Amino acid sequence: MYVYDEFDRAFLAERVADFRDQVERRLSGALSEDEFKPLRLMNGVYLQLHAYMLRIAIPYGTLSSDQLRRMAHVARVYDRGYGHFTTRQNIQFNWIKLEDLPQAMADLAEVGVHGIQTSGNCIRNVTTDQWAGATPEEFDDPRIWAEILRQYSTFHPEFTYLPRKFKIAITAAPKDRAATKVHDVGLRLHRNEEGELGFEVLVGGGLGRTPFVGKSIRPFLPVRHVLSYIEAIMRVYNQFGRRDNIYKARIKILVHEIGAEAFAEAVEAEWANIRDGALKLTDEIIDDIRARFLYPDFAALEAEPAELKAALEDPRFATWYRNSVHKHKVPGYSIVTISLKPVGAPPGDATADQMDVVADLADAYAFHEIRVGHEQNLCLPNVATKDLPELWRQLDAAELATPNVNHISDIIACPGLDYCALANARAIPVAQEISKRFADLDRSRGIGRLHVNISGCINACGHHHVGHIGILGVEKNGQEFYQITLGGRADEHAQLGTLLGPAVSYDQVPGLIEDIVDAYLELRSSPKELFIDTVHRLGVEPFKERVYATH
Amino acid sequence: MPLIENGKLVEDRFTRVADEDETLPASTPLLLSLDRFLKEEEALKSANVEVGIIWPNNKPIAEIAPYLPRLALVALNFPTFRDGRAYSQARLLRERLGWKGPLRAIGGVLRDQFLIMARSGFDQIVPVKPADAQAFDEAMHSYTVFYQPTGDGRKSLLRARLGRSATRADDNGSKDRGAAA
Repeated sequence: MYVYDEFDRAFLAERVADFRDQVERRLSGALSEDEFKPLRLMNGVYLQLHAYMLRIAIPYGTLSSDQLRRMAHVARVYDRGYGHFTTRQNIQFNWIKLEDLPQAMADLAEVGVHGIQTSGNCIRNVTTDQWAGATPEEFDDPRIWAEILRQYSTFHPEFTYLPRKFKIAITAAPKDRAATKVHDVGLRLHRNEEGELGFEVLVGGGLGRTPFVGKSIRPFLPVRHVLSYIEAIMRVYNQFGRRDNIYKARIKILVHEIGAEAFAEAVEAEWANIRDGALKLTDEIIDDIRARFLYPDFAALEAEPAELKAALEDPRFATWYRNSVHKHKVPGYSIVTISLKPVGAPPGDATADQMDVVADLADAYAFHEIRVGHEQNLCLPNVATKDLPELWRQLDAAELATPNVNHISDIIACPGLDYCALANARAIPVAQEISKRFADLDRSRGIGRLHVNISGCINACGHHHVGHIGILGVEKNGQEFYQITLGGRADEHAQLGTLLGPAVSYDQVPGLIEDIVDAYLELRSSPKELFIDTVHRLGVEPFKERVYATH
Repeated sequence: MPLIENGKLVEDRFTRVADEDETLPASTPLLLSLDRFLKEEEALKSANVEVGIIWPNNKPIAEIAPYLPRLALVALNFPTFRDGRAYSQARLLRERLGWKGPLRAIGGVLRDQFLIMARSGFDQIVPVKPADAQAFDEAMHSYTVFYQPTGDGRKSLLRARLGRSATRADDNGSKDRGAAA
């Protein structure tokens, strides 16, 4: 965990006071709604279909048990008893009253939690791998760099009124769990041949109505230059990004219009002026931030303890273990994913009671620490392997042990027409129905890894472009229709999906998805070939022929 | 409209000249658009008055360099309060081009932006609302903590933190409580 100090706490208190004042000025009429809007957005407050929505940042996906418990408290006291984890390591509360917002924020601020820059045309919550600090694959703990960027970007005077929102994601492992290639800036931390740490810098990725995979503009940027380089990117974008059309204002459009090469040249020219200035990170500064991350006191434990071997005799435990537990860098410890996708429930939702259960389990078994991943699941990054059977028993009792992580029912979905003012179609009920069709775990295990992503409109909050199967809700003559894409992915081989064929009606979607899966089972070269690899090998045509022939 | 300079309400010495105004007012400091300034360059020289220009948002600020020695004021425009190009222009003008003279924020200037304008290098502000002008001091002191350095001389946390170590007592999930395993 990162330890907030008196500076962070003072800033947070000042921000809460500032927002309280802004709300008062809005209620008194001194601020018009138009003037208030960007101010509330930069504190995470949206106006949705039915009520104000509060979006809270979970910086780089890391939460303490006390912080999660406080979120449960906010859900219970100010909302309707649940919260919704999003694809960007945030949590949303959908039913908060404007007059309660400052108090809810003050309650959260007591445990160092806030909604700062979770919305608005500014640098958003910096996201990273939910396995950071725990996976054996990483070159360094990416949260160090996410924290440095969090501080740098917080209330940045120059970049608070950008052309549009700006999202940065970091991966420190070759296997990209942070979807860095579909962010405005993606940073890939690695070591060069000399063993020096640095970032590959990608810009101009993103989804929405004009999706792009990010382009690499620098293969290796020594870590000490990360802030000055980001400042150079931001400065070029702030001055030259389009402001005439909200749909063309993201950095991806600028990069696309002038070309990645010209964009890189502009950035490098700006950077040459500032690279050795006040933003250059010294070892001392980096070490200072690094020292503020406290790691668990791992004990020397057996890698395969007797408790685990005994528990694996139970097929239900064994199924969960094989699905939801991953290798930790310390022998005797494991990374546990907690599925927030029970069959038939809205993806990413957790009740206040479930949040309390997870917080208690984190206290008992996981060094008080919880993570949130972009797939809308939770994670306990540091669990002693010998404790897994007892942890599983308690998760199972709280309906938090559905062994469907990375399965077809582990669906990413936006809130859609059930909540969102922008949506054209429902997303959550589509996800619920698909997960019911694939409730049989033997069947879904036989299908293997398959990511279904659903968005209720072209703004693509459900990341449909990068779903192995992408589902996009559109509106035609007042009716909900859905376009299906195949072959998208958000990992290190990021790619946008290809349209399968004509849009289908709401009722037809679940059947169509079943047909696609049946086609895959028939077409795959062996049970080892994943859905995404079959699509990559054959293209969408053979799927199209089979699927539309039956409809 | 009120003019605030370095925190004080002051009289605006400059007369704003619209592009369509036919003649230049005599013997008073003038604030003009870049286009008008270029059109009247010779006349302005011979009139021997102080001149300020409003630099356009869509022109790189570096191109102002040749004119700076002749200027008594630079103004940057906020077409709406949501359009933040002038923040970058202001920082470049101060920190890159070394402009030490007055730098004025005009257009969509609201109270909640005063502090970030000051941090970006503006020392003159023309607020849209008179009530905002009254709240200037309060707005400027709403924060004491600044995470990142700009050219404004305020100490940033990046440097201020150095030499201090993490205080574990404040932690929510620190290792000293992590005895479960």
